[in-house]
Amino acid sequence: MIRGAALLLGLLLALGSASRAQAQDAYSLLASPSFDGIRQGVQELGRSGDSRALPIISALQDGELFARADHALFIRTASGFIDAKTGESAPDVTAAQLKKVRLNNPVREAIDQTLGSLRLFDPDPDRRRAAADAVFHAHDPLALSALDRAIAAERDPAVHRAMTEARAAALLSAPDASTQDKLASVDIIRARGGADSRAILEPLRDQPPPLGSAVAAAMRSIDQQLQFWGVIQSVYYGVSLGSVLLLAAAGLAITFGVMGVINMAHGEMVMLGAYAAFVVQQALGPAWTGTSIVLAVPAAFVISGGLGIVIERTLIRWLYGRPLETLLATWGVSLVLQQAVRSIFGPDNRPVQPPGWMSGDFHLGGLTLTLNRLVIIVFAALVLAGLMAVLRLTPLGLRMRAVTQNRTMAAAMGIATPWIDAFTFGLGSGVAGMAGVALSQIDNVSPNLGQSYIIDSFMVVVFGGVGNLWGTAIGALTLGIVNKFLEPVAGAVLGKIAVLVMVILFIQRKPRGLVPLRGRAAEA
Amino acid sequence: MAGPLTLDRRSFGRLGIGVTAAAALGALPSSERRAEAAPAPAADAGTPIKVGILHSLSGTMAISETTLKDVMLMLIAQQNAKGGLLSRKLEAVVVDPASNWPLFAEKARQLLSVDKCAAVFGCWTSVSRKSVLPVFEELNGILFYPVQYEGQECSRNVFYTGAAPNQQAIPAVDYLMETEKVTRWVLAGTDYVYPRTTNQILEAYLKTKGVADADIMINYTPFGHSDWQSIIAQIKQFGSAGKKTAVVSTINGDANVPFYKELGNQGIKATDIPVVAFSVGEEELAGMDTKPLVGHLAAWNYFESVDTPENKAFIESWHSYIKNPKRTTNDPMEAHYIGFNMWLKAVEKAGTTDPNPVIDAAIGVAVPNLSGGYSSMMPNHHITKPVFIGEIEDDGQFNIVSQTPGLVVAQEWSPYVAETKDLIGDWRKPLACGAFNVKTSSCGAGGAKRA
Repeated sequence: MIRGAALLLGLLLALGSASRAQAQDAYSLLASPSFDGIRQGVQELGRSGDSRALPIISALQDGELFARADHALFIRTASGFIDAKTGESAPDVTAAQLKKVRLNNPVREAIDQTLGSLRLFDPDPDRRRAAADAVFHAHDPLALSALDRAIAAERDPAVHRAMTEARAAALLSAPDASTQDKLASVDIIRARGGADSRAILEPLRDQPPPLGSAVAAAMRSIDQQLQFWGVIQSVYYGVSLGSVLLLAAAGLAITFGVMGVINMAHGEMVMLGAYAAFVVQQALGPAWTGTSIVLAVPAAFVISGGLGIVIERTLIRWLYGRPLETLLATWGVSLVLQQAVRSIFGPDNRPVQPPGWMSGDFHLGGLTLTLNRLVIIVFAALVLAGLMAVLRLTPLGLRMRAVTQNRTMAAAMGIATPWIDAFTFGLGSGVAGMAGVALSQIDNVSPNLGQSYIIDSFMVVVFGGVGNLWGTAIGALTLGIVNKFLEPVAGAVLGKIAVLVMVILFIQRKPRGLVPLRGRAAEA
Repeated sequence: MAGPLTLDRRSFGRLGIGVTAAAALGALPSSERRAEAAPAPAADAGTPIKVGILHSLSGTMAISETTLKDVMLMLIAQQNAKGGLLSRKLEAVVVDPASNWPLFAEKARQLLSVDKCAAVFGCWTSVSRKSVLPVFEELNGILFYPVQYEGQECSRNVFYTGAAPNQQAIPAVDYLMETEKVTRWVLAGTDYVYPRTTNQILEAYLKTKGVADADIMINYTPFGHSDWQSIIAQIKQFGSAGKKTAVVSTINGDANVPFYKELGNQGIKATDIPVVAFSVGEEELAGMDTKPLVGHLAAWNYFESVDTPENKAFIESWHSYIKNPKRTTNDPMEAHYIGFNMWLKAVEKAGTTDPNPVIDAAIGVAVPNLSGGYSSMMPNHHITKPVFIGEIEDDGQFNIVSQTPGLVVAQEWSPYVAETKDLIGDWRKPLACGAFNVKTSSCGAGGAKRA
């Protein structure tokens, strides 16, 4: 590491005087008003070997590089401006004299590539690794000499490998490299695999053999590998969609599945939960983003659950046994809730910031697992387990089951059936609220949030088998996975229609759903 | 604008006749003007002039349309403070069509036949516009439509103050082709009339530029699509063919947030696969964490970040009217600002609010837009506009990276679609036709009958 730095320093000193003139051009290019000029400036500065290149380009990337009318460059730091060329502080420079050096995508690309080759010698191995990836992505033959030096100095095996791969990619783009070297590079890229590697090989497919045939063979191997991982990835996407469906439907499995209330306002309970996440986050402030989402879960449960109890006591209890009236009344409630939220919070989307521990992704073989989806899968599993525990292990759960299976007998045993109804409805609504917190991480927090889930929720509950939580879970996962396999083939619109048709046909054959209730309860 | 012009001037030569054409139109000889400039009937003198506002205040589209209702109320209040119009006050009639397309037609009928509105400002989605079109044509009303749309329409009773495809989509594609060297295209949209027509035009346009079929992927998703995992994975795969790939997004409203969230999740940066959107503006970004989206693009005729005194004044008056300094401004708001001022000028020119003279007087009217120039109403009832390409910044605003050198004149009928390439719309007498076929010299239907 230290050797690497020393090597770079020596190199810079040697190059320094020779390319001073070139660096001067780069400075004035960076201060030019055209994006093309700025892009060239970045590239020139990177190649010049100027020791100021790294801080200047990093500042440009962070939006802290400013130019004065006379083309002098300054870097903004916490303690004021510093002269970009010398690194000394410039106390008499004020923001009013300066214009920010602007970026567009081609400039950003040049920055990524240049920083990539500059940071190959960074003391931090993670940064060297990222730099090697950037160079791989750029596969610019001009980076070859820097890569050779960096590889010679590298001691960390993972970084060494990333650098060797970057070198292979750069070599394949070099017109004057020998066929021997290129064949060796194809092998390295083939071993690396993945879509990026494929993108590097693709343009070389039409080369004459032996290179062309080696490339074609490597691409076939990569394609096979991609196809294999693609299937697993689709299963993951399906499980992820299934977990969202399960969350949205779990509450409905209680209110509709267990109680038999056709609750059209179920989606709005989900929506209220999402707004609860927003309110909790606003109340706690930006410093608490990580914990606010956790605290929002019980808050959403209480808010949606409480409202559920109120709705049951004031409206639904008068309508038991009259499904059509229940449907219309709860539909009305859903419209009222939507417009109420629209009046209070406004019609536009509210941002719920993702907490740090839910952002980002990690790779497992050829799979890319995004953390927020993974958290939602785990959360859905926990909610399902919790609900089952409540229904099976608690006195409340026992009474709920008793009331729904035989109301008269339960009342005769001294159970206050009206209150059990209210609590059951409250539990279902509260679970919907918790689902809303999870959905706030992947969907719009807007008054319309609930509408988009209500149909899917009913579909899951009916398909899975009314009155059975296991059925709901299996139904949600099945629909999720089928949907994700159909989507790339048939497109999202046709895929959705196909799933709907399949569910209808299935219900025709098995009206009680995937996992039907058995025994006396089913006849009740 | 201080922004550098990275676009090649030639590329717009065909699209934009430029300021000269607009200026020439401003000086159109208007014989109608003299004929119709009778003083307003005495009975009207004291009564206010009614202006209809037809925007959804509830339902799915409330997210976008409520703001437009507010901006109209602000403009009307400002005009009344200046003394109104034809020495009469303006009175806003606000109705709520509740994002319900048939209700749009009912409310439009009410505004025209019950409230007798002199002009109506409204609609957002194309389907709502298609729904009110027959009503405006039957009752001879005036509608100002403020949203970018798919074109292929030219009604005598509608003034289109939003962009036609060549004022938004095609310059955006040109920018990506020239500056970002994109050669492979994903056209992703929500499954309804605007994305389908726009993509049909874009596909034809890309093919004229030599893009092969294999390099175009078209994908439609249902309204409010929220699970983008597999589609974005598909786009990523399509983009790994060794050619620079870009996504042209006509994804509508609500589906955008999960789309961009998933894009950030799967680590697709703007430098890998840039996304250029035609329906995402400052208002839509307000609900999003834009840090992972920096560099993705949008094409509009106005951005809040446009640096002109006119825009500064507009933003200030908006903030003080809405009493919230955080509210953003956006392109359709500017379109209403332009449309409202055009209507004022047309009424003053005609000396009456009667539809026929106002419709005739409106052609050739030029008013300042917010980006420092003048927009004019052309004979095809569309307006001239500058086109801006902006990159999303981490504060939810747009960094303007490109701007057309002049104003672009709208092509209401796309020259890239076989059925419409010979059509022109020109509502000046004696032609007065919305869909005139220059090959057969016959006049077809430009509005409701065609739709």
